[in-house]
Amino acid sequence: MEKKFWVALFIVWPIVAVVLCAIAPSMGWWFPPNPAEPGSTGSASELGHRIDDLFYMILVITTVTFILTHIAIALVMWRGANAKEGQKAWFTHGSHSLEVIWTIVPAVILLFIAFVQLDVWAEFRVISTFPEDAKKAPVAEVTARQFEWRIRYPAPGKVLQDTPQPDDIYMVNELHVPSGKPVMIYLQTQDVQHAFFMPELRVKQDAVPGLRIPVWFEAEKSAKYTLVCAELCGWGHYKMGANVIAESDESFDAYIRKLQEEQNYDGVVADSDSEDDDEV
Amino acid sequence: MATVDATAVGHGHDEHAHEHDDHHELSFFRTYIWSTDHKMIGIQFVVTTLFMLFVGGALALGVRWQLAFPNQAMPIVGNLLFANQGGQISPEFYTMLFTMHASVMIFLVIIPILAGAFGNFLIPLQIGADDMAFPTLNALSYWFMWPAIFCFFMSFVGGIFDGGGLTAGPASGWTSYPALSAIRSAAPGSGSAQTFWLLGLTFVGVSSMMGSVNYMTTIINMRAPGMTLFRMPLTIWSMFITAILQAFALPVLTAAGFMMLFDRLDFGGIHSCFFVPAGLVVNNAEPTVGGGQTLLWQHLFWFYSHPAVYIMLLPAMGMVSDMLSCMSRKPIFGYKPMVYSMAAIAGLGFIVWGHHMFTSGMNPALGMTFMTSTMMIALPSAIKTFNWIGTMWGGNLQFNTVMLNCVAFVSMFVVGGLSGIFMAAVPVDIYFHDTYFIVAHFHYVLFGATLFGVFGGITFWFPKACGRMMNEKIGKLHFLLSFIGFNGAFFPMHLLGISGMPRRYANPYLHPYLSHLLDMNRFITFSAILMGFAQFLLIGNILYSWFKGKKCGRNPWGANGLEWSAPSPPGHGNFDIPPVCYRGPHEYSSPLVEDRDFLMQTDPPPPPKEMIADADSSVGGSVTA
Repeated sequence: MEKKFWVALFIVWPIVAVVLCAIAPSMGWWFPPNPAEPGSTGSASELGHRIDDLFYMILVITTVTFILTHIAIALVMWRGANAKEGQKAWFTHGSHSLEVIWTIVPAVILLFIAFVQLDVWAEFRVISTFPEDAKKAPVAEVTARQFEWRIRYPAPGKVLQDTPQPDDIYMVNELHVPSGKPVMIYLQTQDVQHAFFMPELRVKQDAVPGLRIPVWFEAEKSAKYTLVCAELCGWGHYKMGANVIAESDESFDAYIRKLQEEQNYDGVVADSDSEDDDEV
Repeated sequence: MATVDATAVGHGHDEHAHEHDDHHELSFFRTYIWSTDHKMIGIQFVVTTLFMLFVGGALALGVRWQLAFPNQAMPIVGNLLFANQGGQISPEFYTMLFTMHASVMIFLVIIPILAGAFGNFLIPLQIGADDMAFPTLNALSYWFMWPAIFCFFMSFVGGIFDGGGLTAGPASGWTSYPALSAIRSAAPGSGSAQTFWLLGLTFVGVSSMMGSVNYMTTIINMRAPGMTLFRMPLTIWSMFITAILQAFALPVLTAAGFMMLFDRLDFGGIHSCFFVPAGLVVNNAEPTVGGGQTLLWQHLFWFYSHPAVYIMLLPAMGMVSDMLSCMSRKPIFGYKPMVYSMAAIAGLGFIVWGHHMFTSGMNPALGMTFMTSTMMIALPSAIKTFNWIGTMWGGNLQFNTVMLNCVAFVSMFVVGGLSGIFMAAVPVDIYFHDTYFIVAHFHYVLFGATLFGVFGGITFWFPKACGRMMNEKIGKLHFLLSFIGFNGAFFPMHLLGISGMPRRYANPYLHPYLSHLLDMNRFITFSAILMGFAQFLLIGNILYSWFKGKKCGRNPWGANGLEWSAPSPPGHGNFDIPPVCYRGPHEYSSPLVEDRDFLMQTDPPPPPKEMIADADSSVGGSVTA
């Protein structure tokens, strides 16, 4: 009787685990909701969809493996629990052909999993595969520091330079990008290591001291996305959040212009600014 | 189990063993404190690491309190420690909590309990040696743990030296990534604490290295007659491979630790910049000078710490293999594949470290190669899992505490192994890196697998160490509560990770996309409390059984290893009859013997039939064909 209880434990727990995962999406314990599509937990970027597809592929393979191995564990335990007292166990030292089978089959599956990842990884990270237009005109430079994100845009009509320019436009904790097309930013840090993590867009890249790292992504639709820090950067690590606002080209341009106006506003009314001319 | 005759034979020799002991009566100090007997050192390691398990567990519960009840006064210790904050955990204290939780659990619990405790106790007994090759070095390897413990303790209170008080400590996680860890001003209050942390790490390394050298020498040179390499129990194989891993990986970490120390210290003209690039402005201090590279630390650190992951797992794998075979009363399925797969894990373990750095900005081509090698390391793990299940298949399973913990080991290891595939796949890891999915993964491997293996191991070899059995009822209750608490605590963390909750957040609920996860975190905390308090049953059981447990003879489990032919507990020098090994360690239910289901490694093989016919008197040994 007691034996059956223990067998039941190893039957029940995998079932609970699988059920929990099955109901998780409907309980909100799944990927963060896509702000551009209410009710969807899909990624908000094209590359993100492909990452999600790879995730679901691995999920299917691992779930099947999990269920099969746990059926096997339950079976061998069940048989062991019903073994007759005093009867000797099956005396075997193994099976060569079984070893060969369960070496080759997982090897093929694992290599398959590895190789189908390569394209998406290359597109995300290998600079020669970056979208050309995005590479030519980086939208902004994002500098992480304890504990905020500083953003530097080029002035309207100009191209982002490696070093700060007098007419650059600055903002903190709010990154605007055009939606519906790939954009590239330069990521760096002013102090310790941080990580640029946009969960809804499935983008993560560490900001490494001493490196200036190009990152591209595409927000398919206009919406407000989340940016958080994913690498421990000190006591305030948890609060290092920001917004990424993807919007149409027109409103992005308008935003940059408005920001430029605010930044250049010297507090002096229109017709009496002659003394400040040399500053412009 | 047919254990009666072995036990009965044992008693006669026990007396002989005691007589033998009397010639070497040692002082209390030499017996219990500065002992060079590998068994006493092993027990010292067990006691120390189990104490540290509680320290690490308490730190974990502190972390869990903050995640379940963010910024609410902490019960019991809150008003003692943080009276001026209304009993709340501050974010910098939270940072210290998870840093020290990981450091204590990894460096003061898991590594020393496997290699230090079980390695010490089992290696000479299982290979039939009277002690380690270098007994004094062995004692030193234990006593070097204490400077490490002292330094880790000092890093708790190190904030005092910097005016930060009790609530600041090492603040850069157990991975200690620069520049946060290398620049003092990056984490206020962590100045001396982080330095002490580095020293503690170095002492643990010294201790492990002494153990490693000793284990390799002992296993290579001191095996009993007949104990060929492929007759060694899998525990010994795993300890051997672990020792090799430590010997090759540790120097790298030690070197990196000293480099970091030189980066941090600022006296005597030493102020290096190995890990600090030029021009960083930290906390509005002067820009840094130098031309270091922070990624160098990550490479050096993980070059040790990834093999270390296997140092924290392989010995448990070996012990579980032997225990599972014994409790199934059946030979291990595929002995040689088990050995080869452990060797493959160790070999591949050296070329997968980059999978911790997929998002770090290293060359993306490296990401691809590290992904492929990481996928391949899942293969030997899969082979081992299938072999464990094959071992149980058709076995005569004994449903005792040892068996249950071993099955839990296999079951949890499957989960931990499968979740590893998600993060081995680089594009998927882009999303999962540094989320709670990782936390779930490594707890399934390090707690779910290793600790359940350790619980099983303690129960299995306790009779050998103390001459008494552990209590079955308490043992099973401890297993049940730990198992439920463990899965309740760590399985939902997979879902937290999928929801995108990053690790090491003192308050994740600030971010709208995480705010609904509070309830799940509360559930996790309650499960963790259950799991934590269940460990008092383990301690209670050990203490109770130590003094009041049922007495047992030499071989209470009917097991085959050489250690079971020694008295329980073995006297100084271990064996009263010098053991000779005739076969492998897993000959359970062998058809060669009819009256019992085990055939010990020391049982002489039956003589040829014609000899039996010729001789009229009995032949030595208990085996008849």
